[in-house]
Amino acid sequence: MKHAFTATAVAAATLALAFLVVPVVALFLRVPPGDLIHALGTSAAQDALVVSLKTSAIAHVAVLLVGTPAAYAIGRRRFRGRALLLSLIELPLVLPPAVAGIALLVTFGRLGLLGGTMSALGIDIAFTQVAVILAVAFVETPLYLRAAIASFEGVDGTLLDAARTLRARPFRVFARVALPLAAGGLGAASALALARGLGEFGATLLFAGSLQGVTQTLPLAVYAQFEVNLDIALAIGALFVVFGAALLLALKLIPGWTRSISLWTFRSASSPSTSS
Amino acid sequence: MALVGPSGAGKTTVLRALAGLRRARGRISVDGHAWLDSARGLDLPAEERSVGLVFEEYDLVPHLSVRKNVEFGRKGGASLLERFGLAPLADAKPRELSGGERQRVALARALAPDPAVLLLDEPLSALDAHTRGEVRTELQQLLREADRPTLVVTHDFEDAATLATQVGVLVQGRLRQLGTPAELVASPADPFVASLTGANVLRGRARRAHELTELELPTGELIRSTDPAEGEAVAIVYPWEVTLSRTPPDDSAQNHITGVVASLVPVGNRVRARVGPLTAEITNDSSERLGLQVGGTAVASFKATATRLLPESLSR
Repeated sequence: MKHAFTATAVAAATLALAFLVVPVVALFLRVPPGDLIHALGTSAAQDALVVSLKTSAIAHVAVLLVGTPAAYAIGRRRFRGRALLLSLIELPLVLPPAVAGIALLVTFGRLGLLGGTMSALGIDIAFTQVAVILAVAFVETPLYLRAAIASFEGVDGTLLDAARTLRARPFRVFARVALPLAAGGLGAASALALARGLGEFGATLLFAGSLQGVTQTLPLAVYAQFEVNLDIALAIGALFVVFGAALLLALKLIPGWTRSISLWTFRSASSPSTSS
Repeated sequence: MALVGPSGAGKTTVLRALAGLRRARGRISVDGHAWLDSARGLDLPAEERSVGLVFEEYDLVPHLSVRKNVEFGRKGGASLLERFGLAPLADAKPRELSGGERQRVALARALAPDPAVLLLDEPLSALDAHTRGEVRTELQQLLREADRPTLVVTHDFEDAATLATQVGVLVQGRLRQLGTPAELVASPADPFVASLTGANVLRGRARRAHELTELELPTGELIRSTDPAEGEAVAIVYPWEVTLSRTPPDDSAQNHITGVVASLVPVGNRVRARVGPLTAEITNDSSERLGLQVGGTAVASFKATATRLLPESLSR
């Protein structure tokens, strides 16, 4: 009975794994590797790569610069309505990307909430690279904020108090104590947000369109090339797989690496000969 | 000065309020500088108060070296590292240090900006029992050298008595008694202060008996004291005032209680013996000479003149 169940569970695990892995592997099997690399050299793929890297980099830096102090402010404080605030931050995570795109359009679009004023000032955002950046930042922000808030919540408050009694001004407490202590969590949050931003599709399509060389990011190029040149679509897909795998592996390995460091120092600390 | 009291008495709250890490009402002024004056709406933030705080767990910044930790408040702490014997450990990370070393780093760090006031929160409670005594002596020396107003918070009277010249007893947010350690031992204000300073506290009913007072314990035994008391009262006897013998001695002591030896705990060159309701502190020599054994019987004797009486109403 017990053996039968164990066998069933192992079979279920195998099935689930195969279901996830086989399609990913299939991306690489349809076309020879040489053709994939060649496909990445086409102008459609190159343009999309440039647009993606440029918009993601700008959006990501902006998210980190604004999100990190924001997460510190929210993570280190207890106030009325905090649960509501956290729910608002998480809300975009559960929205379909297309809904996010429409929301951005009716906010920043020419006929949108802020778009009218901006349009009068000669600023027109929709269907430009700025729109791509906004769309990417919009999907990155909740993901990054949520994890960064948790990282700052995990910092031992008395260490921050200790810094204050040593005359550290609020910025120094943040930069010298809180930030390094939260760095591990912030790094992981940043990496996941970046990956999510690079993969953004729906919001970008609705808000920024899919104009090659301007607003067509890698995921949009996959969709655009799907009916034109499948090789390019497959090549970009393979690129995402390689990037994603490298990212996830790095996230798994880096905490393990730091843990082994701390174990090593703990062991050396307990033997007097190496402690000094 | 030391504040001593049970956990939950508000000791740490007092420290945090002084340091500006917790909202408080009232007035705090140091060397003529007001830090807090609720009436005037003045409340300096922690970073603007000249205070060095040593936390219970020392709370060194884990990713900074000993040198960086000490220099966090002010650059150029080389002489402090030297003075605290930390120079060889300057590049070590906090997790590589022993408890005593961490404490020295925390103290050096707190003193680096030359604070007007030094605050220590349970400085010895994070240490294990066998390093504690050593670190306490070391800390006493370092505090003497630091030479500035210092407030130590602890739950241990012995720590307080070693580290401070004035000891305040804090219970449930109220200061029960303030005095030198000797004064607290000689005339504890209430039974709680007495038991905190290590005294035996025996409860019973008091009545006049000739020139003395007799306290009848619930077990029926009588204790005599030279102090006056009436009704519900407690007798206070210090362990070092109690002598032990195998048979009731023919001596001047008025009080003899025969009981079973419940425990014999060696403390340095002494033995703490629990006999019936009393703890007696005698030398190792005496303990061996008497052949005391757990489970055997012994007579505990103490003088009526060494027995303080306090009304029960003070204990609450």
